[in-house]
Amino acid sequence: MGRYVLRRLLQLIPVFFGATLLIYALVWAVPGDPFAGKCGERACPDSYVQFMTEKYHLDDPWPVQYVYYMGHLLTGDFGQTFGGREISEIIAQAYPNTLKLALMGLLIEGVIGLTAGILTGLRRNGFLDNLVLVSTLFLLAIPTFVSGFLLQFVLGTQFRIIDPTVAEGAPFWDYLVPGFVLASISMAYVARLTRTSIAENSRSDYVRTAVAKGLPQRRVVGVHLLRNSLIPVITFLGTDLGSLMGGAIVTEGIFSINGIGREVYRAIVTKESATVVGIVVVLVMVYLLMNLLVDLLYAALDPRIRYE
Amino acid sequence: MRVSKRASAVAAIAAVALVAAGCGGGDDTEENSGNADKTANGAITIDGTQPANPLLPSATSETGGGDVLDFMWTGLINYPAGGGDPVNAVAEDIGTTDAQTYTVKIKKGIKFHDGTEVKAKNFVDAWNFTAYSENGQQQASFFSDIDGYEAVHTEDPDGEEGPQKAPKPTTDKMSGLAVVDDYTFTVKLAAPNSIFPVKLGYSAYFPMPDSFFAAADKNEWGKKPVGNGPVKFVSWTDNVEIKLTRFDDYTLDDKVKIKDVTVKLYQEDTAAYAELVANQLDFQQQVPSSSLAGEKWKADLGARGLTVDIPVMQIIAFPIYDKRYQNKDLRRAVSLSINREEIASKIFFNTRKPATSWAAPGTPGATGFDCTTCKYDPEAAKAALQAAGGFEGEMVIYYNADASHKDWVEAAANSVATTLGIKVRAEGMPTFAVFRQNIDGKKMTGPYRAGWQADYPNGENWLGPLYVTGASSNDGSYSNPQVDALYQEGSRLADEKAAEAKFAEAIKIVDAEVPSIPIVSVTQQSGISNRIAPSVKTNWVGSIDLSTVELV
Repeated sequence: MGRYVLRRLLQLIPVFFGATLLIYALVWAVPGDPFAGKCGERACPDSYVQFMTEKYHLDDPWPVQYVYYMGHLLTGDFGQTFGGREISEIIAQAYPNTLKLALMGLLIEGVIGLTAGILTGLRRNGFLDNLVLVSTLFLLAIPTFVSGFLLQFVLGTQFRIIDPTVAEGAPFWDYLVPGFVLASISMAYVARLTRTSIAENSRSDYVRTAVAKGLPQRRVVGVHLLRNSLIPVITFLGTDLGSLMGGAIVTEGIFSINGIGREVYRAIVTKESATVVGIVVVLVMVYLLMNLLVDLLYAALDPRIRYE
Repeated sequence: MRVSKRASAVAAIAAVALVAAGCGGGDDTEENSGNADKTANGAITIDGTQPANPLLPSATSETGGGDVLDFMWTGLINYPAGGGDPVNAVAEDIGTTDAQTYTVKIKKGIKFHDGTEVKAKNFVDAWNFTAYSENGQQQASFFSDIDGYEAVHTEDPDGEEGPQKAPKPTTDKMSGLAVVDDYTFTVKLAAPNSIFPVKLGYSAYFPMPDSFFAAADKNEWGKKPVGNGPVKFVSWTDNVEIKLTRFDDYTLDDKVKIKDVTVKLYQEDTAAYAELVANQLDFQQQVPSSSLAGEKWKADLGARGLTVDIPVMQIIAFPIYDKRYQNKDLRRAVSLSINREEIASKIFFNTRKPATSWAAPGTPGATGFDCTTCKYDPEAAKAALQAAGGFEGEMVIYYNADASHKDWVEAAANSVATTLGIKVRAEGMPTFAVFRQNIDGKKMTGPYRAGWQADYPNGENWLGPLYVTGASSNDGSYSNPQVDALYQEGSRLADEKAAEAKFAEAIKIVDAEVPSIPIVSVTQQSGISNRIAPSVKTNWVGSIDLSTVELV
């Protein structure tokens, strides 16, 4: 087990270099001169463009720029934006907010999605099953920005139950509504995935054996059925944390949450490779670590899976 | 640059409006009369966007930072709210006899927020700093009129792409600037220019305190700036808020009555609007375009909504360097075939006004700027097309797709296509940066949308930078020696009225040759909370005039 984890962690290194190189090249390939739109409806003065070009090595070919960037990154220096902000500061400020939002989303989709999935999987074709079927269909059909604006308007502006936006440094609780909006689509997936998985496994041999042994219903479902049925769901939830963080840009915009979505969007538009790479690299790390965690959870859930 | 709203937001708000039609509207104000005590200790929150650069007048050309700078600084002159001629602020007197050498006297006893006095050298040093090309400041070109600018600001001899670099300037002081005594300095221009003093209220001309010049890292200084205006800097949390507070030693007329001002930095104007409707935000400069549809904002805000004119026009410009667009009759035909009334009412819900002049309505010194082709006249348009000998191929009108320009540009294209019976299509370029890159590089192959916001309130600003040969924003490379000559003559006249007449004459030629077509002038829809007295005013560019804010 220890060697397996070590091997997986070592694999992070080439992935890290590969991912940064790819992202750097992609941002570089985005069309547009970073200083073309900076001075409004007139061209920027040559002196300014030249000053910035030299300061950020922009006239070098991109592999050279990448080497400069990596050299700084390995000493812990994420670099600066064209406006002179430390990118490490941006990351330190924006990541906690996005992480809070994504964790709230994950919590909501885990709790509501799993509960709905288990209940409907056990009692198929009942009233509850149909209700969940219809409501998940409804959730899947509503894009995030519709549910976001709707909840913001109804709960924030009409009934004043919540603040229409989330303030900086707000407690975790304030992320409830944005988290719900962010997770609503994934929540529907989780419910359906769990339902199918439960329904399938409840007809399997080991469940019949457990029932035949005379085990109480709670134990059959809780220990035998659920553990095996959760594998696909855990896989989905694990990778979804990364997707939620990366895909939070619309939700962050609606609720004015100061997260990574806005920074990445702004940086892509203004061609600030260093900012994009800095933020995305951390996101890639989150993905990889969550994947590792999911793989390790498999072994805990299913005794047939062993590492080594 | 304010980042655009997504078109999808329109659909979302429309859906919301269906669900909750007719709801909204503010609470009644608690009291009717302003309460001086409440105001004196009061705090307000207004909307803003994250400044793209440190808060330095020399480095800021976008509104996010520009608005905060305008709050924190007072320049030599102020532009009155709602247009009109500028009035002296820090300046005691700006005098000239030949429109070339100006003597600027400043008032005594005006202080920076750190307690040091504003002196003549604070202006002269600040201007030299910005103009010096080794400092690489965005606003350098605002000093190009001053004698000796070429010596401090060298140009790249073979353009940006070429291997050579701009030589190091021989000096870092413009010869045209001289400090006479602590409260007097002189400005000698390279050529006479009667409009020069009108420009001096712009942020690029603000004075800088001694601490700025002493600072080794100017960007670091710009994160805790020190100005000389009615409010001073408290703190700036990136992407969250900028806090300002009243500067009690401020001696000029535009003192603020309230105590604290928080500029909340939003990423989406819809989020700010939601807080405005809930009375949690005290001022939003422009309500989102989605709330303009069906006049929803009026239902939401009632008396809390304000409409103000701002000096902005939407224009379609021609790339005159492209030989297909060098015929003025063709350009006339296009202008005459656009139904501006319909665009203003159907696309913009009357938040824009059909253009009738080459300058924004109410611009001082622009009375003779009438646009004779700014009307919908299909017959005349067809005749003009015939005179031009028709149009071969397809006309593509370009816009930047990252802001909400698609609808009106498409409407204009359709209008031209149906009236003239030629192939016309609108096409978006992905971002403003790509769009500007093509414009700056003179690579446009069709007419394109342009916007112009006046830098200073004077008719000259709608002529000089746009239609004089080689001017800073003459992107279409329009050139007419007569226009240039009239403009030079006007600039040399010390008498403002006489200068105005020359500029009007130049515009007459522009009007006949149609290098670009004014489409609509812009009005701004702002909103205030129920805590602010409705007597609040906006300044000439539409941001809030803090000195008029009173709480109720």
